[in-house]
Amino acid sequence: MPASFVPSGAELVRFLPEIILTVVATLVMVLEALTGGRAGRELGHLSLAGLAAALAAALVAGDNPGAAFSGMIVCDGFATFFRLVVIAAGILIVLCSGDYLRREGAEKGEYYALLLYSIAGQCVMVGANELIVLFIGLEISSISSYVLAGYLRADRRANEAAVKYFLLGSFATAFLLYGVALIYGATGTTYLSGIRQALRVIEPPLPGLLVGASAALMFAGFAFKVSAAPFQVWAPDVYQGAPTPVAAFLSAGPKAAAFAVFLRVFMTAFEPIVEQWQPIVWASALATMIIGNFAALLQSNLKRLLAYSSIAHAGYVMVAIAGHSNIGTAAVMFYLAAYVFMNVGAFAVVAYFSRQGERYLNVQDLAGLGARQPVTAALLSIFLLSLIGVPLTGGFFGKFYIFKAALDAGLIWLTVLGLLNSAVAAYYYLRILVVMYMHEPGEATADLPPLGAALKTTLWSCALATLLLGIFPSLVLDYAGRSALLGR
Amino acid sequence: MNLLNIVLALPLAGFLVLLALPKDRHELIRRVALAVSLLTFVLSLGLAAGFQDDAPGFQFATDAPWISSPAIRYHVGLDGVSLWLVILTTLLTPIGILVSWRSITRSVKEFFVLFLLLEFGLAGVFVALDLFLFYVFWEVSLVPMYFLIGIWGHERRIYAAVKFFLFTMAGSVLMLAAIIWLYNTTGTFDFEVLLKLAARGNLAFSKLEELLLFLAFFVAFAIKVPLFPLHTWLPDAHVEAPTAGSVMLASVMLKMGCYGLVRFCLPLFPRASHQCAPWIVALAIVGIIYGALVAMVQPNMKKLVAYTSVSHLGFVVLGVFSFTQMGLDGAVYQMINHGISTGALFILVGYLYERQHSLEIVDYGGVATPAPCLAGVFMVTALASAGLPVLNNFVGEFLVLQGTAQVSLKWTALAATGVILAACYMLWLYQRVFFGETPEHVRAHVYDLKAREWAAMLPLIVLMVWLGTATRTFLPPISAANARILEQSQANVEVQVRLVPPGEARYAR
Repeated sequence: MPASFVPSGAELVRFLPEIILTVVATLVMVLEALTGGRAGRELGHLSLAGLAAALAAALVAGDNPGAAFSGMIVCDGFATFFRLVVIAAGILIVLCSGDYLRREGAEKGEYYALLLYSIAGQCVMVGANELIVLFIGLEISSISSYVLAGYLRADRRANEAAVKYFLLGSFATAFLLYGVALIYGATGTTYLSGIRQALRVIEPPLPGLLVGASAALMFAGFAFKVSAAPFQVWAPDVYQGAPTPVAAFLSAGPKAAAFAVFLRVFMTAFEPIVEQWQPIVWASALATMIIGNFAALLQSNLKRLLAYSSIAHAGYVMVAIAGHSNIGTAAVMFYLAAYVFMNVGAFAVVAYFSRQGERYLNVQDLAGLGARQPVTAALLSIFLLSLIGVPLTGGFFGKFYIFKAALDAGLIWLTVLGLLNSAVAAYYYLRILVVMYMHEPGEATADLPPLGAALKTTLWSCALATLLLGIFPSLVLDYAGRSALLGR
Repeated sequence: MNLLNIVLALPLAGFLVLLALPKDRHELIRRVALAVSLLTFVLSLGLAAGFQDDAPGFQFATDAPWISSPAIRYHVGLDGVSLWLVILTTLLTPIGILVSWRSITRSVKEFFVLFLLLEFGLAGVFVALDLFLFYVFWEVSLVPMYFLIGIWGHERRIYAAVKFFLFTMAGSVLMLAAIIWLYNTTGTFDFEVLLKLAARGNLAFSKLEELLLFLAFFVAFAIKVPLFPLHTWLPDAHVEAPTAGSVMLASVMLKMGCYGLVRFCLPLFPRASHQCAPWIVALAIVGIIYGALVAMVQPNMKKLVAYTSVSHLGFVVLGVFSFTQMGLDGAVYQMINHGISTGALFILVGYLYERQHSLEIVDYGGVATPAPCLAGVFMVTALASAGLPVLNNFVGEFLVLQGTAQVSLKWTALAATGVILAACYMLWLYQRVFFGETPEHVRAHVYDLKAREWAAMLPLIVLMVWLGTATRTFLPPISAANARILEQSQANVEVQVRLVPPGEARYAR
């Protein structure tokens, strides 16, 4: 690779979303200081504009596919898809955060700046074609997320969540970095394609222990980020303690980006040793689904319930990864896109419903929502039905494609167990529907404020996207299918 | 745009219109719902009018791409088996709406919205010719029924609704796995293409593979039928559902399972069907007798009717797995009969409940004195359900038993006890509720049928007699379709002695 450190124009275009996000985030920081912290709302609007610009930039970048910065960043269909997903998730989160933050008296520019930095980090992750860049992106995304989890400084639960997330997350990134170091030691490169070529070489054989340890350590790092078993323990505590919009964010953007790098690393760099990692992913997928679903059965706190549900959904995605095929990759892409909308929608309702100080978080508190606020209840029902996987919602097609990919790959037992798991999952989502529609109205639904315009926009766009993906999945799936090739 | 698509789209359109109506205009909502469902029914009669009995294949078919990859098509069509089930659905929907006119008092808009969505899902199940589309409709019909039971049901409604949803879901996920497996091996979800592949012998599964695929479909259908011992959700769901919900559940939704057996299990997995038939028949006969015995001792009227369903649907399964023309004809005929007579029973029990606010038999007695018309209508329905000649159930049960007799007299003898027991439990119920001294509280509350109540019951009574006497109206399309299904289900099956040449079994003409 020629050592040219001055990027060309085309390379900058391919990196445009990250540039925009970083510039806007920094601008928000500066303006925050200049206005003395009184312009939170306006800075929120600015962030929204920045995200919209980044979304457009991601589309432009998608039209100019290719590599950038000596091949460390790659702007292919896969990266573009995930960029769009994480930026869209960011837009939805910003939209549903405003009301929440004002209610808690904490609408400051720094919240939005952190969010933008985190999204920029995720954009770097999904386009990373080299392990150091990947690590940098992951760190940018994670460190901002740690701070966001503890954003409500006065709240003890948020503090606990942030500390837990930070400590465990640091360990996980350390594992990842260890893995990067080992594979560099074994192959002499940190480029994914270079590693792949090195692993393909049969004579002389690479030190198997080193490569295996590296793959295992990187698996541990990624599994932590996507909350897959046995590294899922942090998720319920962090989701419960973090401010609800942040919990929504954690379950959407960072998770999607982490799955993207998981796929990219294991489907390109470690693809030659698929026989060795596939059983591990298989077992992890099964354990994740079972732990997530069965633990969710016992939850009465809405945020905790959604946290366990998000673990279970990570398990379904792992099923498709275990299938290690292009169809599986496309299924993961589709699923994550659908998941962002249905899950952010569900969290947004919780954020709205919980009210000041997050007083109402019990499933039982929703009693009578169906009678008192039929529209909100109907929207939440759409999200929940999609999470169950009822046809004509995005969640159904997501599951369908995942299990189809798994059957294609011959993973019959995993498919059957996964499908039975999704029947178990129906129970705890149904419980929310039951309380909402079939219980006598309680005091928690008595004095609900009307939905704000921004929140309404979030909910309606999430619901429309969920239904659209459920009725015309080809719109997204065809694109995902085309870009699932991943450097092969 | 052919007629079938319109029949399918109308409830959906009505669903959307109702969604847009203001929620406090109850009368308007009811009228729109009734108008839409009546129009759907009238148009669906056009399907019967335009149906050609002997034309091969599926009629009124539409085949359009829906999703490109994997290739999922909007493929719908009718044959003799689905024709009457669609009309049964479109008939019972307006009747259900009439029955709910006054008895549904809260969340009126939501009720009728869901009711039309239910009609859409149910009708879709019977016409879908793409396995994936079938699954979509199958699940779509589940959601409104869940809410109907859970919101407007009786005391233990939540338990019943959740149990109903989870039982069905558990069965159907396995069916989904089987559908995907079929697609991955054949490259298509299209039922007609699959049939062609099977006819040419290109649908080659190993014996074990076919058995597992068959079981995956079969369990999903058997839960819905419901076949003993998977029936436990049914008494709960029926008892707790509001009257209209029970009617749709018993009359139409249970037929989804029976229909699935006839439509998919037999032609697609003939070897496995034959292989499992003895076991299934045994379960069906146990169901017939067990359901009847349990019904006999029920103190609760609705539960009693619910258990009669277990018994009656045992006949359907028995007929299907006799693999005879008569048995299969009887089974399909019995699906419609059961829809009419059990639907009517649930409506009548609902009427009694509206008057007395009790479902317990002991709270009644001598009802015939204050309500002679109600008693008369109930009598006809009860006798129909018990299988009295000239009324509908007799024909279906007779055909099933005759078809079964061609295979095994032992089965027939055992199953026939179900008919005797049916007379016992129905007549005993009738005696306890309608005859005897009229207690004061019954005299005070029970009044005779009103015009709207007549309107809901009359078509059903007419149909009971019509189905019981003029089999020629209904049977020829069913026979023609069944002959084809039977032929497909004999393909690749070596050991199967045909007792009756296929031509001769086409009686009734």
